[in-house]
Amino acid sequence: MIYLRLFMSFLQIGLFSFGGGYAALPLIQEQIVELHGWLSQSEFTDLITISQMTPGPIAVNAATFVGIRVAGIPGAVTATLGCIFPSCVIVSILAFLYLKYKNLRILQGVLNTLRPAVVAIIASAGVTILISAFWGEAKAITPGNIKLNMAVLFLAAIYLLKGKNWNPILVMVLCGILNAVISLTAGFCQ
Amino acid sequence: MKEKSKRLWKLFISTFYLSAFTFGGGYVIITLMKKKFVDELKWIDSKEMLDLVAIAQSSPGAIAVNGAIVIGYKLAGAAGMVTAIAATILPPFLTISVLSFFYTVFQSNLYVRLILEGMQAGVGAVIAAVVFDMGKDYFLLKDKTSILVMAAAFGASCFLNIKVVYIILGCIAIGVLRTWYKIRREK
Repeated sequence: MIYLRLFMSFLQIGLFSFGGGYAALPLIQEQIVELHGWLSQSEFTDLITISQMTPGPIAVNAATFVGIRVAGIPGAVTATLGCIFPSCVIVSILAFLYLKYKNLRILQGVLNTLRPAVVAIIASAGVTILISAFWGEAKAITPGNIKLNMAVLFLAAIYLLKGKNWNPILVMVLCGILNAVISLTAGFCQ
Repeated sequence: MKEKSKRLWKLFISTFYLSAFTFGGGYVIITLMKKKFVDELKWIDSKEMLDLVAIAQSSPGAIAVNGAIVIGYKLAGAAGMVTAIAATILPPFLTISVLSFFYTVFQSNLYVRLILEGMQAGVGAVIAAVVFDMGKDYFLLKDKTSILVMAAAFGASCFLNIKVVYIILGCIAIGVLRTWYKIRREK
């Protein structure tokens, strides 16, 4: 039964991928390329490319893509449900416990230590994104080979967000459009 | 009753909008959710949001989905959870369904590629702004332990590439020890 196999396969991906995003990639590859052969290796690479260009978590993107390929829209729904099912169970239990017991002293102590760490982890994810934005595929990261237009866009975006309090999504879209305009004009002038 | 369905609708629209326009992984959508539900709508306070983010991060699965679950659950129980999950999943589900039929055309389009590249700079700026807002209190209050934890967690994640789960587990252990030590000293 193909629906059951899709569900179980993506259930495992949802259950065992910790840390989100690219941490799930090896697991997805193992399940859909090696174990079940639902996609070839090159189709899998295409899937990653699509995931980078579209909104949404990579595991959900993979579930939809593979599900459609293997069993049409019902397959996509089944795979996606399998992928989020473990999250629903585990996270709602944790959220319930947190909201019920958050005034306990020991939990307070744990949370006081966790909060600054969470800020740091988000900062670290930001650094990864900025390195990829400023240096792209460059081998060495030096001040000399930074992509200037990206650095300028970054500074302008910081100014609009902090100085002008603009909507973040608007700022992001504006950066994208400006980059396309700048790159195309520069290419045109050469 | 009317109040509740109004709130659910607002939750659905806000989450759907964030999910549809967020490229670049779970941390980005979490920072945008913070801006929406904490700063703008004031439905959740800032400290509680950090705790909910910690739950979302230390659980298995996609961070965006986990974030939607904790926020939906906190705001409106089981109904809120289902609403937030649906709103998070629908945009990528619809996009991928359509794209899976003609992805090669999309992939090789120069304009699309340049726009996506530029958006990375914007995403980085959004994250930097949010980190500044969340972290500045620790420095203003000169909270040395928290600053130390922050520095250590940043180093572990950014330079040593230690998995987020282990950092969170480590902080839980340190938190338990700290509280236990305090309680013992008071006796």
